[in-house]
Amino acid sequence: MKISASMTADFGDLWHNLADLTVSGLTQGSIYALIALGYTLVYGVLQLINFAHSEVFLVGTYSSIILWGWFGFSSGAGAVPALGTVIVMLLLGTLMASAVSGGTALLIERIAYRPLRRKNAPRLIFLITAIGASVAISELVGVLTERKPWGVPALVRPSVQWHIDPRDIGLDIQPVDITNLQIGIVLVTIVMWYALDTFLNKTKFGLGIRSVAQDEDTAALMGVNKDRVIMLTFLLGGLAAGVAAVLYNLKIGTITFNIGFLLGIKAFTAAVLGGIGNLRGALLGGLALGLVENWGAGMFGNSWMNVVAFVVLVIVLMFRPTGLLGESLGRARA
Amino acid sequence: MKVVDKLRAADERRVQFNQGIRGRWASLPKPARIAGAVAGIVLLFALPNLNIPFIRTDSIAGGTSFGFVLSSIAIYVLVAIGLNVVIGLAGLLDLGYIGFYAVGAYTVAIFGSPNSIVATEYPWLVCIPIAIALTMVSGVILGTPTLRLRGDYLAIVTLGFGEIIRIIAVNSAVTNGQRGIAAIPGPPGTWPAGSEFEGTPLFGPVDARPYYWLTLVLIVAVVLGVRQLERSRVGRSWLAVREDEDAASLMGVQAFKFKLWAFAIGAAIGGLSGALFASRQAYINSNSFNLLLSVMFVAAVVLGGQGNMFGVTIGTVLAFYLPERFREFQEHRDLVFGLALIVIMVLRPQGLFPSRRRAKELADRKQEAKEAMAGG
Amino acid sequence: MADTVEPQTAAKAAPGTETLLSVDQVTLRFGGVVALDAVDFEVRRGEILALIGPNGAGKTTCFNVMTGLYKPTDGRVLFDGQRVTGRKPHQITKMGIARTFQNIRLFPEMTAQENIMVGADAHHKTSVIGALLRLPRHVREERDGRRLAAELLEFVGLEGRGGELARNLPYGDQRRLEIARALATRPKLLCLDEPAAGFNPAEKERLQALIGDIRDRGHTVLLIEHDMRLVMGVADRIVVLEFGQKIADGQPATIREDPRVIAAYLGVPEDAA
Repeated sequence: MKISASMTADFGDLWHNLADLTVSGLTQGSIYALIALGYTLVYGVLQLINFAHSEVFLVGTYSSIILWGWFGFSSGAGAVPALGTVIVMLLLGTLMASAVSGGTALLIERIAYRPLRRKNAPRLIFLITAIGASVAISELVGVLTERKPWGVPALVRPSVQWHIDPRDIGLDIQPVDITNLQIGIVLVTIVMWYALDTFLNKTKFGLGIRSVAQDEDTAALMGVNKDRVIMLTFLLGGLAAGVAAVLYNLKIGTITFNIGFLLGIKAFTAAVLGGIGNLRGALLGGLALGLVENWGAGMFGNSWMNVVAFVVLVIVLMFRPTGLLGESLGRARA
Repeated sequence: MKVVDKLRAADERRVQFNQGIRGRWASLPKPARIAGAVAGIVLLFALPNLNIPFIRTDSIAGGTSFGFVLSSIAIYVLVAIGLNVVIGLAGLLDLGYIGFYAVGAYTVAIFGSPNSIVATEYPWLVCIPIAIALTMVSGVILGTPTLRLRGDYLAIVTLGFGEIIRIIAVNSAVTNGQRGIAAIPGPPGTWPAGSEFEGTPLFGPVDARPYYWLTLVLIVAVVLGVRQLERSRVGRSWLAVREDEDAASLMGVQAFKFKLWAFAIGAAIGGLSGALFASRQAYINSNSFNLLLSVMFVAAVVLGGQGNMFGVTIGTVLAFYLPERFREFQEHRDLVFGLALIVIMVLRPQGLFPSRRRAKELADRKQEAKEAMAGG
Repeated sequence: MADTVEPQTAAKAAPGTETLLSVDQVTLRFGGVVALDAVDFEVRRGEILALIGPNGAGKTTCFNVMTGLYKPTDGRVLFDGQRVTGRKPHQITKMGIARTFQNIRLFPEMTAQENIMVGADAHHKTSVIGALLRLPRHVREERDGRRLAAELLEFVGLEGRGGELARNLPYGDQRRLEIARALATRPKLLCLDEPAAGFNPAEKERLQALIGDIRDRGHTVLLIEHDMRLVMGVADRIVVLEFGQKIADGQPATIREDPRVIAAYLGVPEDAA
């Protein structure tokens, strides 16, 4: 089915590859979901689109590679190490990425946002500053890395854990091999989401965050320290981004200074799609976006994949701005 | 924070100085002000031919031709003025303005070039109105469903739109992606007898100065037009909606209609600049339109002081002139830009040359915040 | 209009008095809260009607429904025979209803004159093309707007102050400017939401005279107010709301004696049965 001179919708193609596309969609979507958690948390508490969150993610990717480099692991070098070493490296890498991402998030909050909050600046100004921070950080990374891509050391050797063949049940769909890495990514995402959800709903700190999200003045009157809560919110988002960074590294294998922007937009789209301000929404939105993107690529060809995210964004914001699950962390928009 | 305090003190002095000049300017009798403005414009026209030592970019080895730089800056200033109508006057945050610029550029390319998918080669003078019309239509198409959205959501939707345009530009056969479209026509005319390039086409690759002059004329026309709008029911409606949209509707202001007009006008100006850009380059491809450029436009407008055409112009000039003048800068241009955005927004959110209204708005918000903290 | 006039008020209606605005069984629910409960009253052309009631009774909410800011869950509002509910605020203003606000919502960074001219713009037609080309209609409307602004400034007692920023005006002047701005939209019905809040007695007297002048100019006035002296002094009729319901409706003298109204404001005395 021809849509225009360069765009044809091929349903047959999509159906054939459905299993494969679904698996990659869920995997990709998990990473979006993790990054989306950061956007949704900050928005829920501050009604602020933290444009710089994409760079919070970015520094996580680079710092984990640097850490692995300290232990002698770099891309292209040697065979995959033993399982125990791999586990230790992954943990350390995640710790490093989370620390650096979280720290960067806190830094941005302190330098770029807090002074503006004190001044009660209008929304537009926050957005401009966020853009400035995003550009500054990505450009700094670019300058420091001379804009050359960095490879990720091969820490995880993808091995097929699961082979699914829909043809066995009579469907004309190509079989798909699900690797340990893919399973790992989805599992880690769900665990991380669950941990954050529990933290928000079952701990005192989480209660503080939810109260500031709903009514910051009353929360302050009840003795909640708004500044600390905000810092905590940024930190949590940064931690999730750090985990996403490591997973991204393992999955993609190469990074450059400008991967932040596109990923950030997609993650933000995911957050909006699921219902911004809502953790469950971030997870759902991320997975949904990953699926839609990959199915879209199956239908229209890879070059149109990125358009999908933007089209989804525009449509959701136009027709159902509260997203699939509605806003629930903070107050509904006026 | 001694350094910050010193910066603030220096800035205060600069503001006083500006206000002093502004006050003196405003108190001059009208004929004197008109004469002054005309003199300024004449100076701008003469600029590429003057040999002011420190300013010229081609005095350095490897520097770009001054006429070329000026024509680029002029085109970007036109963009900024258009964006100022959307952001500064109507208060709508549009991060995808580059989309309109691209539509304007590609329209001229597609309709004017023999290499494009449209078989007929329309003359430049026909392409321009088509470009403006198409961009206005796209402005209305984009604005109609989205202008009801809240501020930052509008920003992201427009960002998405800008990106969609760019991706279409990269992938579509009509725009020819990265290979681009060449042989884009320019305005008609030849250099007069006795001049340096006698007989050759006036708007050609040899010398960018005619483009600079043409753009200057358009800038003056647009500025006059926008000022006229500001002083009318249209401008009042924009301001009322910016200050208090609900109260404005209750006073009978048709908020949506005028917001849509602002979008359309901004789009038209953006499209016009894009068309000029395409003509001057004579060749465009999808790399010419990236998101960073859109961001830079917004930044230039906000840095300069939104709502104020003079400030916006200065902001744009600084943003695009400095990297050319200090070429060693260019590698780090975007980094410096990003940092400048943060620093200026934090220290001086009203921009360098805010309109008096804007400065007051922000000062009042700050005051409210102080009172809230003191009382609460 | 006979079917919109309630039986008991028909007897009291003075000859020649017709209904301008009718609030028909309007109910407004916000989630679990019932802000307005089958509120039903009318405003007659040329009168000054006061809407009173304790805080939280729903008076401003009622205004918001009448001017299109809120959509009622049930019921409707008719103005001059036409349906108001469901229309957009700026359309309702063009129909002839204007209002002021409890917490003053002027355009702070505009001058007094500009504020009023925005109101005058309500009935103007100049748009982008007209303004850009300086068509005769634009020139005429600008001139008319300025003239109307000057006239209204004088009418409310702010003569000569057109060039001052609205933000810088003293409180009392701001309230009066808001009235002038609303009048500029040439309303048939002017709704004033606590116009005397924060006024001293002298200012209240001036306001009372102004409201009378506004009626004499041909406008109908609907007034929310807490100051009973002002209300008694200026209102032709009074409607009383409590907890979203109408509890009384009639002439000032009657309302003053009405036990339900007294109970609403003062509470029922402890020793009453």
